[in-house]
Amino acid sequence: MATQTSAASSDFIKNLGRMYGTYTGGFIGFIILLAIFEQVGVPNRVLGYLFVGFTILVYAVIGVMTRTAQISEYYVAGRRVPAFYNGMATGADWMSAASFVGMAGTLFLLGYDGLTWVLGWTGGYVLVAILIGPYLRKFGAYTVPDFMSFRFGGNFARGIAVAVLVCCSFTYVTAQVYGTGIIASRFLGMSFEIAVFAGLAGILLCSMLGGMRAVTWTQIAQYIVLIIAYLTPIVILSTKRYGIPIPELTYGTAIAEITAREQQLVATGLATAAALKPHIQPFINYSPLNFFAIMFCMMVGTASLPHILMRYFTTPTVREARQSVAWSLFFIFLLYFSAPAYAAFSKLEVYTNIIGRDLTQVRPWLFQWGELGLIQICGKNAVSVDAIVAACKAIAGHPGVVRLQDFVINTDVIVLSTPEIAGLPYVISGLVAAGGLAAALSTADGLLLAIANALSHDVYYKMLDPSAPTIRRLTVARVLLFFVAVAAAATAATKPGDILAMVGWAFSLAMAGNFPALVMGIWWKRTTAAGAVAGMLAGFGIALFYLVVSRYFPGFGVKYAGMTSLLNPVTGAPLVDIAKAMTAPNAMEAFPTLAHPLANKVGWFNLNNIAAGLLGVPVGFATIIIVSLMGKEPSKEMQAYVDEIRKPRGRTVLEEKT
Amino acid sequence: MAQSSRDRDEAHWQATTRLMLTHLGVWVFFGFIIHMFVNYLNKITIPVLNFPLGFYMAAQGSLIIFVVMLFLFAKQQDRIDREFGVAEDD
Repeated sequence: MATQTSAASSDFIKNLGRMYGTYTGGFIGFIILLAIFEQVGVPNRVLGYLFVGFTILVYAVIGVMTRTAQISEYYVAGRRVPAFYNGMATGADWMSAASFVGMAGTLFLLGYDGLTWVLGWTGGYVLVAILIGPYLRKFGAYTVPDFMSFRFGGNFARGIAVAVLVCCSFTYVTAQVYGTGIIASRFLGMSFEIAVFAGLAGILLCSMLGGMRAVTWTQIAQYIVLIIAYLTPIVILSTKRYGIPIPELTYGTAIAEITAREQQLVATGLATAAALKPHIQPFINYSPLNFFAIMFCMMVGTASLPHILMRYFTTPTVREARQSVAWSLFFIFLLYFSAPAYAAFSKLEVYTNIIGRDLTQVRPWLFQWGELGLIQICGKNAVSVDAIVAACKAIAGHPGVVRLQDFVINTDVIVLSTPEIAGLPYVISGLVAAGGLAAALSTADGLLLAIANALSHDVYYKMLDPSAPTIRRLTVARVLLFFVAVAAAATAATKPGDILAMVGWAFSLAMAGNFPALVMGIWWKRTTAAGAVAGMLAGFGIALFYLVVSRYFPGFGVKYAGMTSLLNPVTGAPLVDIAKAMTAPNAMEAFPTLAHPLANKVGWFNLNNIAAGLLGVPVGFATIIIVSLMGKEPSKEMQAYVDEIRKPRGRTVLEEKT
Repeated sequence: MAQSSRDRDEAHWQATTRLMLTHLGVWVFFGFIIHMFVNYLNKITIPVLNFPLGFYMAAQGSLIIFVVMLFLFAKQQDRIDREFGVAEDD
């Protein structure tokens, strides 16, 4: 029986190329089929449903086909995923709704300063490869808390690691479920709340029966959908505009045109010099400190996020774990180095075909987004020519053409509207929706699995009931997965105001809690259990304190923690008048002070609270070193184990019974 | 025998550490240091493509270097592992 399964599975691995090749061909054929449907008059709404329905069906079929009743399959996909495919799965795991839909919009708004996110969300893989990932693979853990517990003296360290994991992953997964709801409601016309729970069903179908094994093979399918969806519209747009189908090369010219147009806008009075933020000028949205601090936190955060690290537990060897990090970054890079092209093409379109146009002459593609409240002109939703003419008439001295300061666009629109800007048929918009959904679903799968695995493997099996039989462990894992998913959907359905900022916070919290302990545990044998535990608590504590106080209790921060106003990056002036805000009656009011005038505007050293991890990491390292040196050096056995982790050859340190 | 295998492991770890520090240095340079000079680099425009160099490095240049260095790292570390006899069997 056992040999039969392993023979079948090695056939499975051998046939991966053919399977996913066929799948990719089938998906392209499906797009062409829908394009034909559109030409013969099938309505857009039906096309949208077909796109989303078909792709989710495929993920669900893969999820069901790869169900498993084996522990090692459930937790680490049997450690058989080849480097190349694990890279693809990591790419889908990594790129969320925020990357797919939001990144280009951020670059549109912030210009050069937005590139801190592009750099931050790619450079971290260098740290994963050289400092952490391959060593954790050799260690042989099922979860990140497994490593913490083994290296740092048991369940206390495990408990802290689980707490860090749940804190950063749960906010993150809520944002993904929220993203699923936004995309489904926008393209399928469902109500947001129903869309959230529909998305939830899709997520559960992929992950519940097969755990890591099922999530891996669906994430690869999702990566293929999302990358085709992301690249197709701009490749066509680039070919139309510049005759070359490589947008990453042609958008340099678009940037030069934007810069020329910016000067023209100011010269002709269509934009005030104050309102215009030149696209290529650095440090006008973030101060240099915050630009580099955010980048650093996103990079180090990448190397600390459990749902990313656990992907490298699934490769057959340490060698493949390293190659797999390189492939991951390559697949992520394909999307991230294209995002600035989206931003540049959209900005050029807005600057040339909207700004400066007579109100009656603006391009009609924007009215559809105006109806959803995502584009405003003269302070009103741009639903039709008449509406914007009326809105602008109400402004004294309005010249009758759209000025830069009249125009407001929601950042989500940049990617979603590109097919229409390029004048492409609806089928491409449907494709983009399917891609965005794939991005949100795949990330949500990975995160949910990370949380549920920590709760079922670390808390239930390792801490509560170490003698639990396999069947019960798997049942507990599935039940927990279900409840965590429902909790995430319920949270997302309430549309919490901070949801997008929370993704940034997840990185800071993960890095502050995990990074120093992971790195020192591998690279410094002298690290003691007490040192690591103290370091995790201190680093995580200070980052959490900085976030919570500057966001929710700014009055407290100013009065007792010496926080001052953040500064405007261009003028250097304080963002708010602290003295005045502190005399206001609500200055010291506690949570939830969402409308507090100081919220997110105070801090130490002019440091944005998204980069709170920058405070946590040095504190964590320093604490680990000091406390470790005060204690006795770790046992000979532990030091020998660390030596084992450092050598690829040999058995894994942790051997799980299966 | 035991002594020599420990020496070998130590030499392996030294070589590994050196490789790590080299790549960490490249990471710091292309992740941070080069972007501190963005205003100077932006005065240079890449011919034909029309990108200002500072913008290009942050949007594409550093990313390409990160990807290339990771493939390179996987190869170099594997060579070190083989040299000291601690690589996994193929």
